[in-house]
Amino acid sequence: MAEFKEISPNASAGEKLLNWVDNRFPLTKMVKEHVSEYYAPKNFNFWYFFGSLAMLVLVIQIVTGIFLVMHYKPDAALAFASVEYIMRDVPWGWLIRYMHSTGASAFFVVVYLHMYRGLIYGSYRQPRELVWVFGCAIFLALMAEAFMGYLLPWGQMSYWGAQVIVNLFAAVPFVGPDLALLIRGDYVVGDATLNRFFSFHVIAVPLVLLGLVVAHIIALHEVGSNNPDGVEIKGPNAPKDANGHPLDGVPFHPYYTVHDILGVSGFLLVFSAVIFFAPEFGGYFLEYNNFIPADPLKTPLHIAPVWYFTPFYSMLRAITSEMMYVLIACVLAGAYFGAAKTNLPKVIKAGVVGAAVFVSLLMLSIDAKFWGVVVMGGAVVILFFLPWLDNCAVKSIRYRPDWHKYMYGVFVVNFIALAYLGVQPPSPIGERVSQVGTLFYFGFFLLMPIWSRIGETKPVPDRVTFTPH
Amino acid sequence: MSDTPVDTSKRTWLIASTCAGAVGGAAVAVPFVSTFQPSERAKAAGAAVEVDISALKPGEKMTVEWRGKPVWIVKRTPEQVESLNKTESQLADPASERKAYPIPAYAKNQHRSIKPEIFVAVGICTHLGCSPSDKFQTGAQPSLPADWLGGFLCPCHGSTFDIAGRVFKNKPAPDNLEIPPHMYLSETKLLIGEDKKA
Repeated sequence: MAEFKEISPNASAGEKLLNWVDNRFPLTKMVKEHVSEYYAPKNFNFWYFFGSLAMLVLVIQIVTGIFLVMHYKPDAALAFASVEYIMRDVPWGWLIRYMHSTGASAFFVVVYLHMYRGLIYGSYRQPRELVWVFGCAIFLALMAEAFMGYLLPWGQMSYWGAQVIVNLFAAVPFVGPDLALLIRGDYVVGDATLNRFFSFHVIAVPLVLLGLVVAHIIALHEVGSNNPDGVEIKGPNAPKDANGHPLDGVPFHPYYTVHDILGVSGFLLVFSAVIFFAPEFGGYFLEYNNFIPADPLKTPLHIAPVWYFTPFYSMLRAITSEMMYVLIACVLAGAYFGAAKTNLPKVIKAGVVGAAVFVSLLMLSIDAKFWGVVVMGGAVVILFFLPWLDNCAVKSIRYRPDWHKYMYGVFVVNFIALAYLGVQPPSPIGERVSQVGTLFYFGFFLLMPIWSRIGETKPVPDRVTFTPH
Repeated sequence: MSDTPVDTSKRTWLIASTCAGAVGGAAVAVPFVSTFQPSERAKAAGAAVEVDISALKPGEKMTVEWRGKPVWIVKRTPEQVESLNKTESQLADPASERKAYPIPAYAKNQHRSIKPEIFVAVGICTHLGCSPSDKFQTGAQPSLPADWLGGFLCPCHGSTFDIAGRVFKNKPAPDNLEIPPHMYLSETKLLIGEDKKA
């Protein structure tokens, strides 16, 4: 136990109260550790707004969600009408609902940009691997949260989107159909499914999400924030002042709290504009078919997931039985490379070749449908491994070889192209493009241990680049 | 780490009680996971459906609900039945040999039905469960080949099926459309969900 601190009897009532609390709960200590004496690099730029914005959107989603639950009915017969009731009859209900629906898309916008920042500045590199891993887990939980929330309005897109995604699980060999049955709780998506998704959406996943956010921030504050230069400001050799505080850092409060207010203002400007002027955002945030009540007997002519899932959805669609031969060729080529071009022990080489042959046989014997699911899941799971795939000598894009910038550029364009194809109806050309895009996406990550080493890096400065203004 | 020697008998008991606790915890998980299963009410809702098909004209389709799924009844025109010969070579499983969706013996033929002109199938794509749309009109049209002979197109991922619900090669859907157990009660009365052997 910490030492019991006495305070001067002349102190103000406020100080006495704080002292009383501090002797029983580490309030001042925590505020210092995480806010007023958390030193963050002073060269943060535009990209560093999105972490705090993600927290803001999380709060918006939780608060609006609490109020929506007061009026929403999780019942297949009543759900659609209860959402329309919120929109038309509940005073200001439309605003709360549009804040929540726009908030979902805003969450993904902010999180994708936040992840992109991590990618270009190497924020996932040692010692921040766990910050990145917790972040990826947040992304995964967010996808689950968004998917289950989308069923709740019980419109056509809600219904058929859920039908498709739940059937993904049915593609798993042997246990698939039973697993899908266990998720739906019925032979088709129905009332039972709606009720359990509601429960997961409002209780289970938000709890997990909050826990992960806390873990993400604790891990971050343990290792300290990265910055656009990828220079460690708290390292043993980093310059420090007389108190041991990094010279290249500034306390989070007041410097970055004020800085983030600018980000929040800019964000709220755009966010409100969408809520008030384009809440459906041309069918991208709220799909038009979702204004038709769910009809289990009729699939809408064109169904596409909401925009934030479409890159992964494109990869799912790209896996046809033709594509399987390409993937088998990739697996065998990888095994050949492992066996012939590396210095691994013989036993491991034999294992690699054996595993590749075994996987190829599985790929020939199990339907492409299952592998489509594997590819879609793999596209998210592979992100977790990024810290161990990147072998570049420097962290930040600023000091990487120039051609890396083009690599990242192509990656972004490819991701957007996949997203675009995911909203389009299936077409032969789109299928080919998404197949190439899928190969590039996986190639980018799986070959990163090799390509990230190629080229000449630029010298990294000892101190962060910063011009006072 | 402490220098105190390990008390092995204490450790044995700690391991044993931890294992017992884990078994208890796992046992408690069983009822929770079991609640995810379809309820007795959902299971009971799977009764057979009787359908009157007397009003169905050649080239028309009607949809009825059985176990919450759309079941199609299509009265095929002679040309449509004839088209089944031509599609044969482009199909993934023309003779319905695959076992993922057991097909009743009386429908394991080219037209996949009891009577050649009346086609009964579960209108749910074997890929990811969308309901394919009717594309009975022949010839070139969006998302379909130029030599299209009539059939079904799944709007979600572009799988195509011929007029007997047989899936074309190189499509996301692995299987032909499911044929539910069904039987004729009379010339114009169909019972879906039950057949004679059941």
